[in-house]
Amino acid sequence: LTATAMAAAVAEQLRESFATGRTRPAAWREAQLRGLLRMATEMEAEICDALREDLAKPVTESYVHEISLVKSSCKFALKNLKKWMKPKKVPAGVLTFPSTARIAAEPLGVVLVISAWNYPFLLSMDPVVGAIAAGNAVVLKPSEVAPATSSLLAELLPRFVDSSCIKVVEGGVSETSELLEQKWDKIFYTGNGKVGRVVLSLAAKHLTPVALELGGKCPVVVDSNVDLHVAAKRIAAGKWGCNNGQACVSPDFIITTKSLAPKLLETLEKVLQKFYGYDPLQSPDLSRIVNSNHFKRLRSLMDEEKVKDKIVFGGQSDEMQLKITPTLLMDVPLDSAIMKEEIFGPLLPIITVDKIHESFALINSMTKPLAAYLFTKDSKLKYQFENGISAGATIINDTSIHLTNPHLPFGGVGESGMGAYHGTFSFDAFSHKKAILARFFIGEVKARYPPYTPAKLSIVKGVLKGNLASMIQAILGFPRGGA
Amino acid sequence: MGHQDHSFSCAIHPSSLHIHSAFTLQSELELELERRARKLYEQGGQRTMAVAGLGETVCELRQAYESGKTRSLAWRQAQLRGLLRFLKEEEEAAFAALREDLGKHRAEAYRDEVGLLVKSANEALRQLGKWTTPERVWIPLVAFPATAQIVPEPLGVILVFSCWNVPLGLSLEPLIGAIAAGNAVAVKPSELSPCTAKFIGDNIGRYVDASAVKVVQGGAEVGEQLMEHRWDKVLFTGSPRIGRAVMAAASRHLTPVALELGGKCPCIFDMMGSARELQIAVNRIIGAKWSSCAGQACLAIDYVLVEERYLPILLKVLKSTLKRFFSDPDHMARIVNARHFERLSNLLKDKAVAPSILHGGSMDAKDLYIEPTILLNPPLDSAIMTEEIFGPLLPIITLKKIEDSVAFVRAMPKPLAIYAFTGDAALRRRIVEETSSGTVVFNDALVQYAIDALPFGGVGQSGFGQYHGKYSFEMFSHKKAVMKRGYLIELTLRYPPWNERKINLMRRLYRFDYVGFVLSFLGLRR
Repeated sequence: LTATAMAAAVAEQLRESFATGRTRPAAWREAQLRGLLRMATEMEAEICDALREDLAKPVTESYVHEISLVKSSCKFALKNLKKWMKPKKVPAGVLTFPSTARIAAEPLGVVLVISAWNYPFLLSMDPVVGAIAAGNAVVLKPSEVAPATSSLLAELLPRFVDSSCIKVVEGGVSETSELLEQKWDKIFYTGNGKVGRVVLSLAAKHLTPVALELGGKCPVVVDSNVDLHVAAKRIAAGKWGCNNGQACVSPDFIITTKSLAPKLLETLEKVLQKFYGYDPLQSPDLSRIVNSNHFKRLRSLMDEEKVKDKIVFGGQSDEMQLKITPTLLMDVPLDSAIMKEEIFGPLLPIITVDKIHESFALINSMTKPLAAYLFTKDSKLKYQFENGISAGATIINDTSIHLTNPHLPFGGVGESGMGAYHGTFSFDAFSHKKAILARFFIGEVKARYPPYTPAKLSIVKGVLKGNLASMIQAILGFPRGGA
Repeated sequence: MGHQDHSFSCAIHPSSLHIHSAFTLQSELELELERRARKLYEQGGQRTMAVAGLGETVCELRQAYESGKTRSLAWRQAQLRGLLRFLKEEEEAAFAALREDLGKHRAEAYRDEVGLLVKSANEALRQLGKWTTPERVWIPLVAFPATAQIVPEPLGVILVFSCWNVPLGLSLEPLIGAIAAGNAVAVKPSELSPCTAKFIGDNIGRYVDASAVKVVQGGAEVGEQLMEHRWDKVLFTGSPRIGRAVMAAASRHLTPVALELGGKCPCIFDMMGSARELQIAVNRIIGAKWSSCAGQACLAIDYVLVEERYLPILLKVLKSTLKRFFSDPDHMARIVNARHFERLSNLLKDKAVAPSILHGGSMDAKDLYIEPTILLNPPLDSAIMTEEIFGPLLPIITLKKIEDSVAFVRAMPKPLAIYAFTGDAALRRRIVEETSSGTVVFNDALVQYAIDALPFGGVGQSGFGQYHGKYSFEMFSHKKAVMKRGYLIELTLRYPPWNERKINLMRRLYRFDYVGFVLSFLGLRR
């Protein structure tokens, strides 16, 4: 079966399954969510093995950052499903009195989820949880760059969920391209901006709404009067503790003052030595670089002529094992490649400025990131940061942690993406909020209809302006007599 | 560069994909997708490589936004009040422009455009404080002490493409939302309603801050030029064909888009309980078809579905009411231009369709007037039943049972609205649960547009993105997640080096097993 034929067949099958209505009842959705929850629980060891194979991901990260987050997503959805599915009454207002109005969520239909390689289990399952909760049929296309997880998902999902409505399509370039040519009711893509643009342009053909979870250079601004040790630990946890810097919300670079930089550097070095020992290449707690393409890319970022003498810590790598140690760089030129593209690796440049406020101009000269971080105790600076920096999310005094809060929308803005998910936002991302208005036959407003007269117009004007006397007249069928 | 109709002939230009970078190894996927996008572009035909001639306008808007002035509540309120004054002081001129462009009676112009805008601007002024207030959200104990909020912020610089049929409303309603959200805005009214476009362009600068709110005039070429630039959001109201082109052009800059398209809005007509109810229902059907821009409205009733045996009585009341309402042809709007007039007359001239004309059918090309026309059971594969009519022609399709209407509607692309006149609760439930549309309205039509609390927008072929009321504010905002922590409590188990003990502690925490956690932490439990 050619890739084209297969993509068309999958879309067709799912469309038929969706049309039968089986994905709509709460019972079906709950059964699937429970299935996913069981899968994440019973298959924990297998999932950790796959993640280790794909990324050398430490078991703790696999559990904390992927499996447990998927489980809590399922639980959150199960807990709130009935509430989400219930139509919400809204005030219809006086203009259409008497009437009742409500907003009901309905599934979009058949949706396509394209996942990424860095958190291959989480970024596949989390959107799928939302799609199922919203009552859709789903195709999941896991990233082929994390092949062990991809084939594990293809094998496990049919065992735990209804495979007539939830399918996994594995494959590389041609399978993904063919899937993107089909008509879907929504496409949810996690990845980079270049492919994001092409996804958006192919979706335009079918007028398909799209959610894009992209990346960016997440800046960390470190102010002087903070507990440097705690700050350094939190930065390290968000950077190297998240897939060795290969995460869309990883701190990409630090901005701090010239006066604080030496102390910050020293603290970071101490923290890194504590976390990963004196020979980080041997540490079992660091993920490896996903493949040799990315390894070469990161090495070339480090080896660039104007950058290589700025390395102040780390910089070691092992091509055989695809490992690169946590690397700190001081004041690399702003026009170097490492400062122009998202690093997505264990390299952390530190840029120094004279006054901390100058960091704002630097951040605003770049495209809007997925997250912006600030370490400070100065409430004025906090306020200015919140209002002056636009990003998917702004975190004060920590990094990456907002991922775990299901009450916060997770998504980008500008170059970092469009649309948000997690918690209720996942349900909303895959739903259409249908407005339903019911009117009655009492109170027929004659003034609405032709033949138009000045008297009718004046009643209509009054009603639209909220004038009570006009409304009463309108409902009583004024102007009386005549047409 | 003459374009016959407003067609955007581009997809995206390959050079702008710019996937290559000196240090990035381009993945195979990127290469493949680039190849396909290039193919789409080539299929789209020769593109006008017009230099981005509107650069200055866009630049000024961006500078106005970057200066920060659009963010203050005071500025937003001043613009909204300015719009209210504009609508009040220029009301007569607005009526005249709408009459010139579309033959709209002043009553329609007020009811459907001016009046609704006044309502929306007032609502925005009333609610602005509430809408802009950050929302506090729950935080798990694990993160204590911390606060979490959702903070709305403007997207930046917005582009609004309006449409010719509600030329004032579809320009200013989105403008109200974009301003309330704190953005700088460019509005491009449709050149097919030139008097209203000129009216807006000539006058609005006196009432709002012209450095941050601009009107751009022109046709398809200007639209294409505008899309060369980066916007923070684009709202397009119009046909699916151009909607596709706008979305494809926006993809180049990763610009999010909202599309308000059309569709064939069906009216399911079940038997009414009494003669009085039947009359009221017919009033409302006529109101939603011929009394709204002569049927040239995205929410207009496109066709009616009725049971065979109720057809005679429906027809009788329709005809008599039409006669009463439109005794003076002046009370119905005109067709916007010769091209649409010809399109509509071709729908009727179709040999397979002409025999089904039951009432009306007369046309005056000079006056661009088409009489209210009713057809009975035209072939379902004829153009009048496959394309959005957007005119004063009403096909009535008869069914054996009214319940068959659900399957009929499901077989068509999802419309902007489904209307149903019925008291049957079971049928109502089936319509809501088994069909999909932007909106469902029972026992009336079109009026949902006026309700601020209901989101207005489509689904599937009728578009995506919703606005009106607070949805307008949200459409043009980014909801930023903001989390603040302190240094007081540090959970060292977050950090490597990892060991089994730390993992077990985390398991307990993530199950919110706080007691177990504390005991383990103190070493009193494994």
